[in-house]
Amino acid sequence: MRILRLAAAAAVVLAGVGAAQADDWSKVRIGTEGAYPPFNSLTSDGQLVGFDIDIANALCEEMKVECEFVTQDWDGMIPALQAGKFDAVIASMSITEERKQKVDFTNKYYNTPPAIGVPKDSKLAGVTKEDLSGILLGAQSSTTHSNYAEAHFPDAELKLYPTADEYKLDLENGRIDAVIEDVVVLSDWLATENGACCKVLSTLKSDPVINGEGAGIAIRKGEDELKEMFNKAIVAIRENGKYEEINAKYFDFDVYGD
Amino acid sequence: MIAANPATGTPRPPAPPKPWTNARIAGHVLMALWAIAGLYLVYYLIGNLEKPILEFLLPYLPIDWQEYANERLALQTFDSYLERYGQKYIDGLIVTLQIVGLSLLFGAALSIPIAAARSSKWKIFSWPAYGFVYFFRGTPLIAQTFLIYYGFGSFRPELQSIGLWWFFRDAFYCVVFAFTLNTAAYQAEILRGAVQNVARGQWEGAAALGLSKPVTFFKIILPQALIVALRPYGNEIILMIKGSAIAAIVTVFDMFAETKRAYSRTYDFQAYIWAAVLYLMIVETLRRIWDKLEARLTRHLKR
Repeated sequence: MRILRLAAAAAVVLAGVGAAQADDWSKVRIGTEGAYPPFNSLTSDGQLVGFDIDIANALCEEMKVECEFVTQDWDGMIPALQAGKFDAVIASMSITEERKQKVDFTNKYYNTPPAIGVPKDSKLAGVTKEDLSGILLGAQSSTTHSNYAEAHFPDAELKLYPTADEYKLDLENGRIDAVIEDVVVLSDWLATENGACCKVLSTLKSDPVINGEGAGIAIRKGEDELKEMFNKAIVAIRENGKYEEINAKYFDFDVYGD
Repeated sequence: MIAANPATGTPRPPAPPKPWTNARIAGHVLMALWAIAGLYLVYYLIGNLEKPILEFLLPYLPIDWQEYANERLALQTFDSYLERYGQKYIDGLIVTLQIVGLSLLFGAALSIPIAAARSSKWKIFSWPAYGFVYFFRGTPLIAQTFLIYYGFGSFRPELQSIGLWWFFRDAFYCVVFAFTLNTAAYQAEILRGAVQNVARGQWEGAAALGLSKPVTFFKIILPQALIVALRPYGNEIILMIKGSAIAAIVTVFDMFAETKRAYSRTYDFQAYIWAAVLYLMIVETLRRIWDKLEARLTRHLKR
């Protein structure tokens, strides 16, 4: 009997590992990075702000669920989602085939092209493979931008940084010749005092295989109910003007794309 | 069997059988689960090597086995993890070894004057050496690396004017510089401790024989100090090897950076397992070398 009881206890524990929680979506935990302005960043007193955060709050309000934010380093975002540290990633994550093999995505909630940023006195003329050959090119690691650089600028020497802040520092002090980043993120930084050193050289043509169809909300595979809730909410805030309102707060053009 | 009482030769009574308590059963069950998980892990990793192993063995196999092997090979339509990223790991490994090797070498050279200054009777030497060691042992290596990489990075005009920017521009040099300073502080302490550990009588005896100070130091004191210092030196090298993963966050493509890059493309946890295996292999190689070195240095103590 004792052995049976023990086996039963073990079975319960093992089952618990498999299904960490029931599908009751009154409360949703949202993972975000907090180091990617203007989409998501932390203020000096530790508050999360940005387009992603406002959109997330609007979506949660629309879905009538309580949302709790969890900050997580970019490199560990998908593993943390899979491990159940949070239920959805709203952190400007591009919907790509590579990621789709591990997680599910909602429809996009915005889509902006990548761009090349350089110091103002840069001698770079264009953004073709030949133009960028031999230069030091910075990017954030584990991003579509770093993948784009590896695929399209194989002759550039790629430098990978854990967060956007660090390659900005190195572009500013001239360690690297150029960076590849979302045009909106670049422009936002260039408008600040620290970004005065630099300029956008040119936007790049999105590569559908690498950049995917835009930024979506990542959720664990098989959580279809939550995915549908988010998809409906995205449509709803697009229609009721909430999206437009948030968009206008940050940008002077529609970041949703076409 | 050893007798319980050597005088009478009475054999030791047999141990009472251990009862199968709940705790013991639970222990066995958990152990079995861990063993299964471990075996699965090994199987999973070896699955990666099926293609190269089969391709290597193919010419040597008997005919009917060859057929089976070819069937298996035909199933392998995509490249395994190791085939896709194996070369990257090797490239990263070489960079890691370069960083650690260079830092240890420069650090060892730097540690000698620091250790000498630290033991000096003159405060003008001993205090700065103390400060240096205090700072580099008391702060995290990651903070030191950041300070040097991003700190010096913000003094570009000044560094350019003195012609040092080429050095501080390069992440690899910055990392080697930071690691050198860090390990120099530790090695200086190891060296100083070991030399001070040699009994004063050794100095006095040598002086009585009329040997000069340098001869005494190199022929008498240092060989004895090295025996004491060998193990701490080994530990320091191992710590440096593992600490070198910090280079990855300042854009150097060492083994850990390559691991992270491979992981970001696949989200396959074996990325980190292979990195762990490689780090273990370096450390194990080092351990064996150290055993040999110790045997050599202490050969006069062996009978």
